[in-house]
Amino acid sequence: MPKIIFIEANGTRHEVEGITGQTVMEAAIKHDVPGIPGECGGACSCATCHVYVDPDWAGKTGTTSETEDDMLDFAFDVRTNSRLSCQIKITDALDGLVLRVPKEQF
Amino acid sequence: MSKEIITTDAVIVGAGPVGLFAIFQLGLVDIKCHVVDILDRPGGQCAELYPEKPIYDIPGYPEITGQALTDNLLAQAAPFAPVFHHGQMVEGLRRLDDGRFELATNGGLVFHTKVLVIAAGGGSFMPKRPPFRNIESFEQSSVFYAVRRIEDFRERNVVIAGGGDSALDWTLNLEPVASRVTLIHRRDKFRAAPDSVAKMQALAKAGRIDFRMGQIMELHGEDGRLRALSGRGADGAAFELEAERLLPFFGLTMKLGPLAEWGLNLNENLIPVNTENFETSEAGIFSIGDINTYPGKLKLILSGFHEAALMAQAAFRIVHPEEKMVFQYTTSSTKLKQKLGVG
Ligand SMILES: Cc1cc2nc3c(=O)[nH]c(=O)nc-3n(C[C@H](O)[C@H](O)[C@H](O)COP(=O)(O)OP(=O)(O)OC[C@H]3O[C@@H](n4cnc5c(N)ncnc54)[C@H](O)[C@@H]3O)c2cc1C
Ligand code: FES
Repeated sequence: MPKIIFIEANGTRHEVEGITGQTVMEAAIKHDVPGIPGECGGACSCATCHVYVDPDWAGKTGTTSETEDDMLDFAFDVRTNSRLSCQIKITDALDGLVLRVPKEQF
Repeated sequence: MSKEIITTDAVIVGAGPVGLFAIFQLGLVDIKCHVVDILDRPGGQCAELYPEKPIYDIPGYPEITGQALTDNLLAQAAPFAPVFHHGQMVEGLRRLDDGRFELATNGGLVFHTKVLVIAAGGGSFMPKRPPFRNIESFEQSSVFYAVRRIEDFRERNVVIAGGGDSALDWTLNLEPVASRVTLIHRRDKFRAAPDSVAKMQALAKAGRIDFRMGQIMELHGEDGRLRALSGRGADGAAFELEAERLLPFFGLTMKLGPLAEWGLNLNENLIPVNTENFETSEAGIFSIGDINTYPGKLKLILSGFHEAALMAQAAFRIVHPEEKMVFQYTTSSTKLKQKLGVG
């Protein structure tokens, strides 16, 4: 099972087991990673699953869809490596993926 | 000044899908409704959060969008001529001496009703508060989430943040009033009517407003008086900008809101009900849809529809105590068909 690593804004690391086919947001919720409430349950309509993709993994997590980019308008401190984690599907290729959790979600 | 009181059989708090279907079910048993919602249009979560997304578990519809379901529910309820009060938040609730209820809204409406149906879903939709440090201290004086009085913005240096219709509309509407309007949005794409976007761009080109691509990160000022904003431009460069007023438009979120203070039993922000008729701890107050809880509850639209049907039977006994309830099918009952205008 691919490992997903979440790093909180205060530096706390959470290494969790992801399930292929599920989303990164679902993995965070399942393992109680703080700072990712995922309020809309993954429907890309709340922006409370905002994460920053580690530069080493840029390009491997796929591209941001138009709906996702629209929804990012509702996130705080959006950067070029911002993603909504409910829109990243876990694959074996993402084993070891490093994501940073923003200091604040809206 | 004495307020005009609206007297009715039933008030439904919340025009989400479940509140809308309750109009129909109450209508079948001859109960007329007033419906109050803080949003400016009906449909609750379906219309506000996912109008274009398909729902796959509405019985009889293999696929229907949130907006189409809302439109259908409105058409279904139309024969019963419900009265909608949009843009109103129900704030106060008390029981009158004669057993009825008095409800008051933030817009000054007062209702006297025999039956109250709380279909408040995830709570009232409220504007999202950006996580800027100390933003609370500027609210009501410099930071506003809606324009209630244009005068608050006259001859002021106004910054509007966001990229949706509210942000664009207020940029256009405040331009003639404010001393300066600056629109800040993270990119040059907008989720707004193309016509408003074009008008905004024309104003910016003519130098009558400023459009800045970037994000606000911090507010500066003292004693509730905003002085400046700082943030990061889309190019990564830091900026600081003078500002006396800020209008952040970052969408809506659901909060339980005033109904926490209505003296009802609550269980983790949900209203416990019995599953026979979905009455709350208070006789005459019913709760249906996402806002209620009971053993086995599923927060699904179809569950809310079922709850509305059973609730209406009990409401009938309160509103028409002298009449006998007769079970009828809409397919065959002449009376029901007349009510629906298809008889
Ligand atoms: C992205 C997404 C996808 C979904 N997909 C499905 C699906 O596929 N199938 C399904 O069955 N369900 C789905 N749901 C859940 C479904 O939308 C809810 O179950 C449904 O909207 C609940 O309806 P409701 O009428 O109880 O409440 P809501 O739709 O939440 O409406 C409640 C209304 O009450 C108003 N209100 C609350 N308090 C007050 C007050 N004090 N004064 C005035 N107005 C007030 C609110 O403004 C709101 O408009 C989905 C939800 C989301 C967010
Ligand atoms: S969980 Fe709501 S947008 Fe991702």
